[in-house]
Amino acid sequence: MKVLAIASSIVGSKTRTAMNAVVDEFKKSYVNVEIELLDLAELNIQFSDGRNYLEYEGDSGRITKAMMEADAIVIGTPIFQASIPATLKNLFDLLPVNALRDKIVSMVITAGSPKHFLIAEQQLKPILSYMKAQIVQTYVFIEEKDFHRREIINDDIFFRIARLVEDTVVLTESYAKIRKEKEEKYDF
Amino acid sequence: MSKNNQRSFEFGVYTFGEIIPDPITGKMISAEERIQNIIETAKLADEVGLDIFGLGEHHRLDFAVSATPVVLAAIAQATKNIRLASATTVLGTADPVRVFEDFSTVDLISGGRAEIMAGRGAFIESFPLFGYDLDDYHELFEEKLQLLQELNNNERVTWQGKFRSPLNNSEIAPRPKQSKIPIWRGVGGTPASAVRAGQAGFGMALAILGGNPLYVKPLVEAYRQAGISAGHAEENLKIAITSHGYIGKTAEQAVNEFHPYYSNYIRTMMGRNIPKDQVAAAVSKNNALAVGGPEEIVEKILYQHELFGHDRFIMQLDICQPFSQVASAIELLATKVMPLVKREINNK
Repeated sequence: MKVLAIASSIVGSKTRTAMNAVVDEFKKSYVNVEIELLDLAELNIQFSDGRNYLEYEGDSGRITKAMMEADAIVIGTPIFQASIPATLKNLFDLLPVNALRDKIVSMVITAGSPKHFLIAEQQLKPILSYMKAQIVQTYVFIEEKDFHRREIINDDIFFRIARLVEDTVVLTESYAKIRKEKEEKYDF
Repeated sequence: MSKNNQRSFEFGVYTFGEIIPDPITGKMISAEERIQNIIETAKLADEVGLDIFGLGEHHRLDFAVSATPVVLAAIAQATKNIRLASATTVLGTADPVRVFEDFSTVDLISGGRAEIMAGRGAFIESFPLFGYDLDDYHELFEEKLQLLQELNNNERVTWQGKFRSPLNNSEIAPRPKQSKIPIWRGVGGTPASAVRAGQAGFGMALAILGGNPLYVKPLVEAYRQAGISAGHAEENLKIAITSHGYIGKTAEQAVNEFHPYYSNYIRTMMGRNIPKDQVAAAVSKNNALAVGGPEEIVEKILYQHELFGHDRFIMQLDICQPFSQVASAIELLATKVMPLVKREINNK
Protein backbone atom coordinates (compact mmCIF):
# COMPACT_ATOMS: atom_id res chain seq x y z
CA MET A 1 0.00 0.00 0.00
CA LYS A 2 1.36 3.37 -1.06
CA VAL A 3 0.31 6.39 0.99
CA LEU A 4 1.20 9.93 0.09
CA ALA A 5 1.05 12.65 2.74
CA ILE A 6 0.96 16.21 1.49
CA ALA A 7 1.65 19.34 3.49
CA SER A 8 -0.09 21.75 1.19
CA SER A 9 0.95 25.17 2.42
CA ILE A 10 4.10 26.99 1.40
CA VAL A 11 4.09 29.17 4.52
CA GLY A 12 3.95 28.51 8.24
CA SER A 13 4.79 25.40 10.20
CA LYS A 14 1.62 23.97 11.74
CA THR A 15 0.46 21.86 8.83
CA ARG A 16 3.95 20.42 8.44
CA THR A 17 4.14 19.70 12.17
CA ALA A 18 0.78 17.90 12.01
CA MET A 19 1.82 15.92 8.93
CA ASN A 20 5.06 14.87 10.61
CA ALA A 21 2.88 13.37 13.34
CA VAL A 22 0.77 11.60 10.69
CA VAL A 23 3.88 10.11 9.06
CA ASP A 24 5.25 9.01 12.46
CA GLU A 25 1.97 7.25 13.20
CA PHE A 26 2.06 5.38 9.88
CA LYS A 27 5.65 4.34 10.51
CA LYS A 28 4.93 3.27 14.06
CA SER A 29 1.70 1.32 13.50
CA TYR A 30 1.81 0.17 9.87
CA VAL A 31 5.29 -0.96 8.91
CA ASN A 32 4.10 -2.45 5.62
CA VAL A 33 2.71 0.83 4.38
CA GLU A 34 4.99 2.77 2.10
CA ILE A 35 4.57 6.36 3.29
CA GLU A 36 5.99 9.46 1.63
CA LEU A 37 5.59 13.07 2.72
CA LEU A 38 5.72 15.87 0.18
CA ASP A 39 5.79 19.40 1.58
CA LEU A 40 4.85 22.08 -0.93
CA ALA A 41 7.09 24.50 0.94
CA GLU A 42 10.05 22.42 -0.24
CA LEU A 43 8.87 22.05 -3.83
CA ASN A 44 8.51 24.38 -6.76
CA ILE A 45 5.13 23.66 -8.35
CA GLN A 46 3.94 25.44 -11.48
CA PHE A 47 0.39 26.53 -12.14
CA SER A 48 -1.77 24.13 -14.09
CA ASP A 49 -1.80 24.82 -17.84
CA GLY A 50 -4.08 21.96 -18.79
CA ARG A 51 -1.52 19.50 -20.12
CA ASN A 52 -1.61 15.79 -19.34
CA TYR A 53 -0.18 15.29 -15.87
CA LEU A 54 2.52 12.96 -17.20
CA GLU A 55 4.01 15.85 -19.12
CA TYR A 56 4.73 18.17 -16.20
CA GLU A 57 8.39 18.42 -15.41
CA GLY A 58 10.41 18.82 -12.23
CA ASP A 59 8.57 19.02 -8.92
CA SER A 60 5.19 19.46 -10.66
CA GLY A 61 5.66 16.16 -12.48
CA ARG A 62 6.99 14.51 -9.34
CA ILE A 63 3.97 15.38 -7.21
CA THR A 64 1.32 14.65 -9.85
CA LYS A 65 2.84 11.23 -10.52
CA ALA A 66 3.11 10.53 -6.79
CA MET A 67 -0.56 11.44 -6.32
CA MET A 68 -1.71 9.31 -9.24
CA GLU A 69 0.31 6.31 -8.07
CA ALA A 70 -0.79 6.49 -4.43
CA ASP A 71 -3.44 4.17 -3.03
CA ALA A 72 -4.27 6.71 -0.35
CA ILE A 73 -3.53 10.39 0.12
CA VAL A 74 -3.54 12.28 3.40
CA ILE A 75 -4.01 15.95 2.69
CA GLY A 76 -2.76 18.33 5.32
CA THR A 77 -3.96 21.88 4.81
CA PRO A 78 -4.33 25.17 6.61
CA ILE A 79 -7.36 27.39 6.05
CA PHE A 80 -6.71 30.69 4.31
CA GLN A 81 -9.46 33.30 3.95
CA ALA A 82 -12.15 30.75 4.77
CA SER A 83 -10.97 28.30 2.12
CA ILE A 84 -8.17 25.95 1.14
CA PRO A 85 -4.93 27.60 0.04
CA ALA A 86 -4.45 28.22 -3.67
CA THR A 87 -1.39 25.97 -3.58
CA LEU A 88 -3.62 23.01 -2.74
CA LYS A 89 -6.27 23.91 -5.30
CA ASN A 90 -3.53 24.07 -7.90
CA LEU A 91 -2.54 20.47 -7.11
CA PHE A 92 -6.06 19.36 -7.97
CA ASP A 93 -5.99 21.45 -11.13
CA LEU A 94 -2.80 19.71 -12.27
CA LEU A 95 -4.56 16.34 -12.26
CA PRO A 96 -6.93 14.85 -14.87
CA VAL A 97 -10.67 14.37 -14.34
CA ASN A 98 -11.63 11.55 -12.00
CA ALA A 99 -8.01 11.48 -10.86
CA LEU A 100 -8.85 10.30 -7.36
CA ARG A 101 -11.01 7.35 -8.42
CA ASP A 102 -10.16 4.24 -6.39
CA LYS A 103 -8.12 6.31 -3.97
CA ILE A 104 -8.79 6.92 -0.31
CA VAL A 105 -8.33 10.53 0.73
CA SER A 106 -8.21 11.74 4.30
CA MET A 107 -7.74 15.23 5.69
CA VAL A 108 -5.86 16.99 8.43
CA ILE A 109 -6.90 20.61 8.83
CA THR A 110 -4.99 23.26 10.73
CA ALA A 111 -6.72 26.54 11.41
CA GLY A 112 -6.32 29.72 13.37
CA SER A 113 -9.92 29.76 14.46
CA PRO A 114 -12.56 27.20 15.49
CA LYS A 115 -14.90 29.07 13.14
CA HIS A 116 -13.13 27.29 10.29
CA PHE A 117 -14.27 23.85 11.37
CA LEU A 118 -16.77 23.39 8.52
CA ILE A 119 -14.54 24.73 5.77
CA ALA A 120 -13.32 21.24 4.91
CA GLU A 121 -16.92 20.03 4.65
CA GLN A 122 -17.98 22.86 2.43
CA GLN A 123 -14.94 23.49 0.29
CA LEU A 124 -12.57 20.56 0.29
CA LYS A 125 -14.91 17.56 0.30
CA PRO A 126 -16.88 18.72 -2.77
CA ILE A 127 -13.66 18.88 -4.79
CA LEU A 128 -12.59 15.43 -3.60
CA SER A 129 -16.02 13.99 -4.41
CA TYR A 130 -15.98 15.54 -7.85
CA MET A 131 -12.61 13.91 -8.45
CA LYS A 132 -14.15 10.58 -7.35
CA ALA A 133 -12.17 10.06 -4.15
CA GLN A 134 -13.36 7.72 -1.44
CA ILE A 135 -13.24 10.13 1.49
CA VAL A 136 -12.49 9.28 5.09
CA GLN A 137 -15.45 11.21 6.43
CA THR A 138 -14.08 12.47 9.72
CA TYR A 139 -11.06 14.69 9.60
CA VAL A 140 -8.62 15.89 12.20
CA PHE A 141 -9.10 19.57 12.94
CA ILE A 142 -6.25 21.21 14.81
CA GLU A 143 -6.34 24.71 16.18
CA GLU A 144 -3.67 27.28 16.84
CA LYS A 145 -3.81 26.59 20.58
CA ASP A 146 -2.87 22.93 20.07
CA PHE A 147 0.59 23.93 18.85
CA HIS A 148 3.53 25.43 20.61
CA ARG A 149 6.93 26.01 19.03
CA ARG A 150 6.43 23.55 16.16
CA GLU A 151 5.10 20.85 18.40
CA ILE A 152 1.66 19.49 19.12
CA ILE A 153 0.94 20.06 22.79
CA ASN A 154 -2.54 18.55 23.02
CA ASP A 155 -2.36 14.78 23.48
CA ASP A 156 -5.87 14.35 22.17
CA ILE A 157 -4.60 15.37 18.73
CA PHE A 158 -2.31 12.34 18.65
CA PHE A 159 -5.24 10.04 19.40
CA ARG A 160 -7.27 11.65 16.66
CA ILE A 161 -4.39 11.33 14.21
CA ALA A 162 -3.98 7.66 15.16
CA ARG A 163 -7.66 7.12 14.47
CA LEU A 164 -7.45 8.92 11.12
CA VAL A 165 -4.46 6.82 10.08
CA GLU A 166 -6.26 3.63 11.11
CA ASP A 167 -9.39 4.61 9.19
CA THR A 168 -7.29 5.45 6.15
CA VAL A 169 -5.54 2.08 6.17
CA VAL A 170 -8.70 0.06 6.86
CA LEU A 171 -10.66 1.82 4.11
CA THR A 172 -7.83 1.48 1.62
CA GLU A 173 -7.57 -2.25 2.32
CA SER A 174 -11.35 -2.71 2.15
CA TYR A 175 -11.79 -0.91 -1.13
CA ALA A 176 -8.85 -2.76 -2.64
CA LYS A 177 -10.53 -6.03 -1.63
CA ILE A 178 -13.88 -4.96 -3.05
CA ARG A 179 -12.28 -3.92 -6.32
CA LYS A 180 -10.39 -7.20 -6.53
CA GLU A 181 -13.58 -9.21 -6.03
CA LYS A 182 -15.32 -7.14 -8.68
CA GLU A 183 -12.51 -7.66 -11.19
CA GLU A 184 -12.50 -11.41 -10.50
CA LYS A 185 -16.14 -11.62 -11.55
CA TYR A 186 -14.96 -11.17 -15.12
CA ASP A 187 -13.26 -14.19 -16.55
CA PHE A 188 -10.80 -12.23 -18.65
CA MET B 1 -31.16 14.58 -39.87
CA SER B 2 -31.71 13.23 -43.34
CA LYS B 3 -29.18 15.46 -45.05
CA ASN B 4 -27.00 12.45 -45.77
CA ASN B 5 -29.29 11.11 -48.42
CA GLN B 6 -27.10 12.38 -51.20
CA ARG B 7 -23.82 11.21 -49.81
CA SER B 8 -22.66 7.87 -48.64
CA PHE B 9 -21.66 7.14 -45.08
CA GLU B 10 -17.96 6.32 -44.83
CA PHE B 11 -15.92 3.98 -42.65
CA GLY B 12 -12.32 4.16 -41.63
CA VAL B 13 -9.66 3.14 -39.17
CA TYR B 14 -6.68 5.02 -37.80
CA THR B 15 -3.69 4.41 -35.61
CA PHE B 16 -1.03 6.50 -33.89
CA GLY B 17 1.65 3.85 -34.33
CA GLU B 18 2.41 3.47 -30.64
CA ILE B 19 5.19 1.19 -29.51
CA ILE B 20 4.04 -0.28 -26.18
CA PRO B 21 5.20 -3.54 -24.60
CA ASP B 22 2.55 -6.23 -25.08
CA PRO B 23 0.72 -6.56 -21.72
CA ILE B 24 0.36 -10.32 -22.14
CA THR B 25 3.73 -11.40 -23.54
CA GLY B 26 5.76 -8.41 -22.34
CA LYS B 27 7.35 -8.32 -25.79
CA MET B 28 8.30 -4.97 -27.33
CA ILE B 29 7.77 -4.44 -31.04
CA SER B 30 10.49 -2.65 -33.04
CA ALA B 31 9.74 0.61 -34.85
CA GLU B 32 10.51 -1.15 -38.12
CA GLU B 33 8.04 -3.95 -37.47
CA ARG B 34 5.42 -1.46 -36.29
CA ILE B 35 5.68 0.57 -39.51
CA GLN B 36 5.53 -2.58 -41.63
CA ASN B 37 2.43 -3.72 -39.71
CA ILE B 38 0.79 -0.35 -40.27
CA ILE B 39 1.35 -0.63 -44.02
CA GLU B 40 -0.06 -4.19 -43.95
CA THR B 41 -3.05 -2.97 -41.95
CA ALA B 42 -3.72 -0.24 -44.49
CA LYS B 43 -3.47 -2.74 -47.34
CA LEU B 44 -6.00 -4.97 -45.64
CA ALA B 45 -8.33 -2.04 -44.93
CA ASP B 46 -8.13 -1.14 -48.61
CA GLU B 47 -8.76 -4.71 -49.79
CA VAL B 48 -11.85 -5.16 -47.64
CA GLY B 49 -13.26 -1.86 -48.86
CA LEU B 50 -12.95 0.59 -45.96
CA ASP B 51 -13.02 4.23 -47.08
CA ILE B 52 -10.37 5.91 -44.95
CA PHE B 53 -7.05 5.05 -43.36
CA GLY B 54 -5.67 7.57 -40.88
CA LEU B 55 -2.28 7.92 -39.27
CA GLY B 56 -1.23 10.08 -36.31
CA GLU B 57 1.85 12.18 -35.68
CA HIS B 58 3.90 12.00 -32.49
CA HIS B 59 7.49 12.86 -31.75
CA ARG B 60 8.46 10.47 -28.97
CA LEU B 61 10.31 7.18 -28.80
CA ASP B 62 7.17 5.25 -27.90
CA PHE B 63 5.61 6.07 -31.28
CA ALA B 64 6.81 4.85 -34.67
CA VAL B 65 5.17 7.57 -36.75
CA SER B 66 6.40 11.17 -36.74
CA ALA B 67 6.72 11.53 -40.52
CA THR B 68 3.04 10.90 -41.27
CA PRO B 69 3.00 11.88 -44.98
CA VAL B 70 6.06 9.71 -45.66
CA VAL B 71 4.27 6.62 -44.32
CA LEU B 72 1.07 7.63 -46.12
CA ALA B 73 3.07 7.85 -49.36
CA ALA B 74 4.27 4.28 -48.85
CA ILE B 75 0.69 3.22 -48.16
CA ALA B 76 -0.44 5.06 -51.29
CA GLN B 77 1.78 2.76 -53.36
CA ALA B 78 0.45 -0.34 -51.62
CA THR B 79 -3.26 0.48 -51.90
CA LYS B 80 -5.83 1.33 -54.58
CA ASN B 81 -8.93 3.08 -53.31
CA ILE B 82 -8.69 3.93 -49.64
CA ARG B 83 -8.41 7.61 -48.69
CA LEU B 84 -5.25 8.54 -46.80
CA ALA B 85 -5.55 10.96 -43.93
CA SER B 86 -3.39 12.32 -41.18
CA ALA B 87 -5.04 11.75 -37.82
CA THR B 88 -3.99 14.28 -36.85
CA THR B 89 -1.29 16.59 -38.18
CA VAL B 90 0.07 18.61 -35.25
CA LEU B 91 -0.22 21.84 -37.16
CA GLY B 92 0.81 24.28 -34.42
CA THR B 93 4.42 23.13 -34.53
CA ALA B 94 4.66 22.51 -38.29
CA ASP B 95 5.16 24.81 -41.24
CA PRO B 96 1.85 24.84 -43.11
CA VAL B 97 3.65 25.31 -46.43
CA ARG B 98 5.63 22.13 -45.87
CA VAL B 99 2.51 20.31 -44.66
CA PHE B 100 0.64 21.33 -47.78
CA GLU B 101 3.53 20.33 -50.06
CA ASP B 102 3.77 16.92 -48.40
CA PHE B 103 0.07 16.13 -48.58
CA SER B 104 -0.27 17.54 -52.07
CA THR B 105 2.50 15.14 -53.09
CA VAL B 106 0.73 12.24 -51.35
CA ASP B 107 -2.36 13.28 -53.32
CA LEU B 108 -0.46 13.03 -56.61
CA ILE B 109 1.12 9.69 -55.69
CA SER B 110 -2.22 8.24 -54.61
CA GLY B 111 -4.34 9.49 -57.47
CA GLY B 112 -6.22 12.06 -55.38
CA ARG B 113 -6.73 10.27 -52.06
CA ALA B 114 -5.02 12.60 -49.56
CA GLU B 115 -6.75 14.34 -46.67
CA ILE B 116 -5.49 16.42 -43.76
CA MET B 117 -6.92 16.32 -40.28
CA ALA B 118 -5.32 19.23 -38.49
CA GLY B 119 -5.22 19.24 -34.72
CA ARG B 120 -3.51 20.91 -31.84
CA GLY B 121 -2.21 17.62 -30.51
CA ALA B 122 -2.94 16.00 -27.19
CA PHE B 123 0.76 15.74 -26.41
CA ILE B 124 3.12 18.66 -26.25
CA GLU B 125 6.54 17.19 -27.05
CA SER B 126 6.66 18.85 -30.46
CA PHE B 127 6.72 22.35 -28.93
CA PRO B 128 10.19 22.23 -27.35
CA LEU B 129 11.38 19.93 -30.16
CA PHE B 130 10.68 22.46 -32.89
CA GLY B 131 11.33 25.54 -30.81
CA TYR B 132 7.81 26.74 -30.14
CA ASP B 133 6.43 28.24 -26.97
CA LEU B 134 3.63 26.28 -25.36
CA ASP B 135 2.05 29.59 -24.32
CA ASP B 136 1.23 30.13 -28.01
CA TYR B 137 -0.55 26.73 -28.26
CA HIS B 138 -3.92 28.08 -29.39
CA GLU B 139 -2.71 31.07 -31.37
CA LEU B 140 -0.17 29.00 -33.34
CA PHE B 141 -2.84 26.55 -34.39
CA GLU B 142 -5.39 29.15 -35.46
CA GLU B 143 -2.89 31.13 -37.51
CA LYS B 144 -1.43 28.08 -39.22
CA LEU B 145 -4.80 26.53 -39.97
CA GLN B 146 -5.91 29.73 -41.62
CA LEU B 147 -2.71 29.78 -43.68
CA LEU B 148 -3.16 26.12 -44.66
CA GLN B 149 -6.59 26.98 -46.02
CA GLU B 150 -5.11 29.81 -48.12
CA LEU B 151 -2.47 27.46 -49.53
CA ASN B 152 -5.14 24.93 -50.39
CA ASN B 153 -7.29 27.50 -52.15
CA ASN B 154 -4.64 29.43 -54.08
CA GLU B 155 -1.54 28.44 -56.03
CA ARG B 156 0.07 31.83 -55.36
CA VAL B 157 -0.25 33.18 -51.87
CA THR B 158 0.48 36.52 -50.27
CA TRP B 159 0.26 36.26 -46.53
CA GLN B 160 1.57 37.77 -43.34
CA GLY B 161 1.35 36.41 -39.81
CA LYS B 162 3.04 36.29 -36.47
CA PHE B 163 4.69 32.87 -36.45
CA ARG B 164 6.05 32.47 -39.95
CA SER B 165 7.94 34.59 -42.44
CA PRO B 166 5.57 36.37 -44.85
CA LEU B 167 4.66 34.98 -48.25
CA ASN B 168 4.76 37.39 -51.17
CA ASN B 169 2.96 36.02 -54.17
CA SER B 170 4.80 32.77 -53.37
CA GLU B 171 4.25 29.72 -55.53
CA ILE B 172 2.78 26.80 -53.61
CA ALA B 173 3.61 23.59 -55.42
CA PRO B 174 2.78 20.99 -56.46
CA ARG B 175 -0.96 21.45 -56.75
CA PRO B 176 -2.91 18.36 -55.70
CA LYS B 177 -4.83 16.12 -58.07
CA GLN B 178 -8.07 16.86 -56.22
CA SER B 179 -9.18 20.44 -56.77
CA LYS B 180 -8.52 20.90 -53.06
CA ILE B 181 -7.23 18.62 -50.33
CA PRO B 182 -10.07 17.96 -47.89
CA ILE B 183 -9.10 19.60 -44.58
CA TRP B 184 -10.72 18.56 -41.34
CA ARG B 185 -10.35 20.28 -38.03
CA GLY B 186 -9.71 17.89 -35.17
CA VAL B 187 -11.99 18.79 -32.28
CA GLY B 188 -11.65 17.33 -28.80
CA GLY B 189 -14.24 18.60 -26.38
CA THR B 190 -14.16 22.40 -26.66
CA PRO B 191 -17.24 24.08 -28.12
CA ALA B 192 -15.12 27.03 -29.29
CA SER B 193 -13.10 24.69 -31.48
CA ALA B 194 -16.28 23.24 -33.01
CA VAL B 195 -17.54 26.76 -33.72
CA ARG B 196 -14.26 27.69 -35.42
CA ALA B 197 -14.41 24.56 -37.59
CA GLY B 198 -17.89 25.60 -38.72
CA GLN B 199 -16.96 29.22 -39.31
CA ALA B 200 -14.04 28.25 -41.54
CA GLY B 201 -16.12 25.63 -43.36
CA PHE B 202 -13.79 22.76 -42.47
CA GLY B 203 -15.05 19.27 -41.83
CA MET B 204 -15.09 18.50 -38.13
CA ALA B 205 -13.33 15.37 -36.92
CA LEU B 206 -14.81 14.96 -33.48
CA ALA B 207 -13.03 12.65 -31.08
CA ILE B 208 -15.31 10.97 -28.54
CA LEU B 209 -13.07 8.97 -26.28
CA GLY B 210 -15.67 7.06 -24.32
CA GLY B 211 -18.56 8.39 -22.29
CA ASN B 212 -22.10 9.01 -23.42
CA PRO B 213 -22.29 10.32 -26.99
CA LEU B 214 -25.24 12.51 -25.97
CA TYR B 215 -22.82 14.80 -24.17
CA VAL B 216 -21.14 15.93 -27.37
CA LYS B 217 -24.35 16.70 -29.24
CA PRO B 218 -24.10 20.41 -28.31
CA LEU B 219 -20.74 20.53 -30.10
CA VAL B 220 -22.27 19.13 -33.26
CA GLU B 221 -25.07 21.67 -33.09
CA ALA B 222 -22.62 24.51 -32.44
CA TYR B 223 -20.55 23.41 -35.44
CA ARG B 224 -23.51 23.31 -37.85
CA GLN B 225 -24.93 26.57 -36.54
CA ALA B 226 -21.61 28.37 -36.91
CA GLY B 227 -21.09 26.94 -40.40
CA ILE B 228 -24.51 27.96 -41.64
CA SER B 229 -24.23 31.42 -40.08
CA ALA B 230 -20.92 31.89 -41.88
CA GLY B 231 -22.62 31.09 -45.17
CA HIS B 232 -21.31 27.59 -45.81
CA ALA B 233 -23.59 25.14 -47.57
CA GLU B 234 -24.97 22.59 -45.13
CA GLU B 235 -23.90 19.65 -47.27
CA ASN B 236 -20.28 20.81 -47.06
CA LEU B 237 -20.28 20.79 -43.27
CA LYS B 238 -19.09 17.26 -42.79
CA ILE B 239 -18.66 15.47 -39.51
CA ALA B 240 -16.41 12.54 -38.76
CA ILE B 241 -16.76 10.77 -35.42
CA THR B 242 -13.62 9.13 -34.13
CA SER B 243 -13.27 6.86 -31.13
CA HIS B 244 -11.22 4.00 -29.75
CA GLY B 245 -12.61 0.63 -30.62
CA TYR B 246 -12.33 -3.05 -31.23
CA ILE B 247 -14.66 -5.64 -32.72
CA GLY B 248 -14.80 -9.31 -31.81
CA LYS B 249 -17.06 -12.04 -33.16
CA THR B 250 -19.13 -11.48 -30.04
CA ALA B 251 -19.26 -8.68 -27.49
CA GLU B 252 -17.74 -11.00 -24.93
CA GLN B 253 -14.80 -11.87 -27.12
CA ALA B 254 -14.28 -8.20 -27.96
CA VAL B 255 -14.17 -7.19 -24.31
CA ASN B 256 -11.87 -10.10 -23.41
CA GLU B 257 -9.37 -9.31 -26.12
CA PHE B 258 -9.58 -5.55 -25.89
CA HIS B 259 -9.35 -4.90 -22.16
CA PRO B 260 -5.68 -5.80 -21.60
CA TYR B 261 -4.51 -3.69 -24.53
CA TYR B 262 -6.83 -0.76 -23.91
CA SER B 263 -6.00 -0.67 -20.22
CA ASN B 264 -2.29 -0.88 -21.03
CA TYR B 265 -2.59 1.88 -23.61
CA ILE B 266 -4.51 4.28 -21.37
CA ARG B 267 -2.14 3.59 -18.48
CA THR B 268 0.92 4.25 -20.63
CA MET B 269 -0.40 7.34 -22.38
CA MET B 270 -2.63 8.92 -19.77
CA GLY B 271 -1.56 7.32 -16.51
CA ARG B 272 -5.01 6.01 -15.58
CA ASN B 273 -6.16 2.48 -14.90
CA ILE B 274 -9.18 1.11 -16.70
CA PRO B 275 -11.08 -1.41 -14.56
CA LYS B 276 -12.65 -4.41 -16.28
CA ASP B 277 -16.22 -3.41 -15.47
CA GLN B 278 -15.72 -0.13 -17.33
CA VAL B 279 -14.86 -1.94 -20.57
CA ALA B 280 -17.57 -4.57 -20.02
CA ALA B 281 -20.17 -1.82 -19.59
CA ALA B 282 -18.92 0.04 -22.65
CA VAL B 283 -20.63 -2.28 -25.14
CA SER B 284 -23.86 -0.35 -24.52
CA LYS B 285 -24.90 2.17 -27.16
CA ASN B 286 -24.78 4.80 -24.44
CA ASN B 287 -21.01 4.56 -24.44
CA ALA B 288 -19.04 5.91 -27.37
CA LEU B 289 -16.15 3.49 -26.90
CA ALA B 290 -16.61 1.34 -29.99
CA VAL B 291 -16.07 -2.05 -28.39
CA GLY B 292 -18.41 -4.97 -28.99
CA GLY B 293 -19.50 -7.60 -31.45
CA PRO B 294 -20.72 -6.50 -34.89
CA GLU B 295 -24.26 -6.15 -33.58
CA GLU B 296 -23.28 -3.73 -30.81
CA ILE B 297 -21.07 -1.67 -33.11
CA VAL B 298 -23.87 -1.33 -35.67
CA GLU B 299 -26.20 -0.22 -32.91
CA LYS B 300 -23.71 2.32 -31.58
CA ILE B 301 -23.05 3.88 -34.98
CA LEU B 302 -26.74 4.06 -35.91
CA TYR B 303 -27.58 5.61 -32.54
CA GLN B 304 -24.84 8.20 -32.98
CA HIS B 305 -26.07 8.85 -36.50
CA GLU B 306 -29.50 9.62 -35.12
CA LEU B 307 -27.86 12.12 -32.77
CA PHE B 308 -25.29 13.70 -35.04
CA GLY B 309 -26.19 12.90 -38.64
CA HIS B 310 -22.47 12.45 -39.21
CA ASP B 311 -20.78 11.39 -42.43
CA ARG B 312 -17.97 9.19 -41.25
CA PHE B 313 -17.02 6.87 -38.50
CA ILE B 314 -13.31 6.35 -38.02
CA MET B 315 -12.20 3.87 -35.40
CA GLN B 316 -8.88 4.17 -33.60
CA LEU B 317 -8.38 0.48 -33.90
CA ASP B 318 -4.75 -0.35 -33.66
CA ILE B 319 -3.37 0.53 -30.21
CA CYS B 320 -0.42 -1.84 -30.56
CA GLN B 321 -2.43 -5.05 -30.35
CA PRO B 322 -1.22 -8.19 -32.13
CA PHE B 323 -1.60 -7.80 -35.90
CA SER B 324 -3.90 -10.85 -36.06
CA GLN B 325 -6.43 -9.13 -33.76
CA VAL B 326 -6.26 -5.89 -35.73
CA ALA B 327 -6.77 -7.79 -38.99
CA SER B 328 -9.71 -9.74 -37.61
CA ALA B 329 -11.40 -6.56 -36.34
CA ILE B 330 -10.93 -4.84 -39.71
CA GLU B 331 -12.52 -7.81 -41.49
CA LEU B 332 -15.48 -7.71 -39.12
CA LEU B 333 -15.83 -3.95 -39.50
CA ALA B 334 -15.88 -4.24 -43.28
CA THR B 335 -18.02 -7.37 -43.63
CA LYS B 336 -20.36 -7.39 -40.64
CA VAL B 337 -20.75 -3.72 -39.68
CA MET B 338 -20.21 -1.49 -42.70
CA PRO B 339 -22.80 -3.04 -45.07
CA LEU B 340 -25.56 -2.97 -42.45
CA VAL B 341 -24.88 0.60 -41.38
CA LYS B 342 -24.54 1.87 -44.95
CA ARG B 343 -27.76 0.19 -46.01
CA GLU B 344 -29.64 1.55 -43.01
CA ILE B 345 -28.34 5.10 -43.36
CA ASN B 346 -28.48 5.37 -47.14
CA ASN B 347 -32.05 4.06 -47.24
CA LYS B 348 -33.26 6.58 -44.73
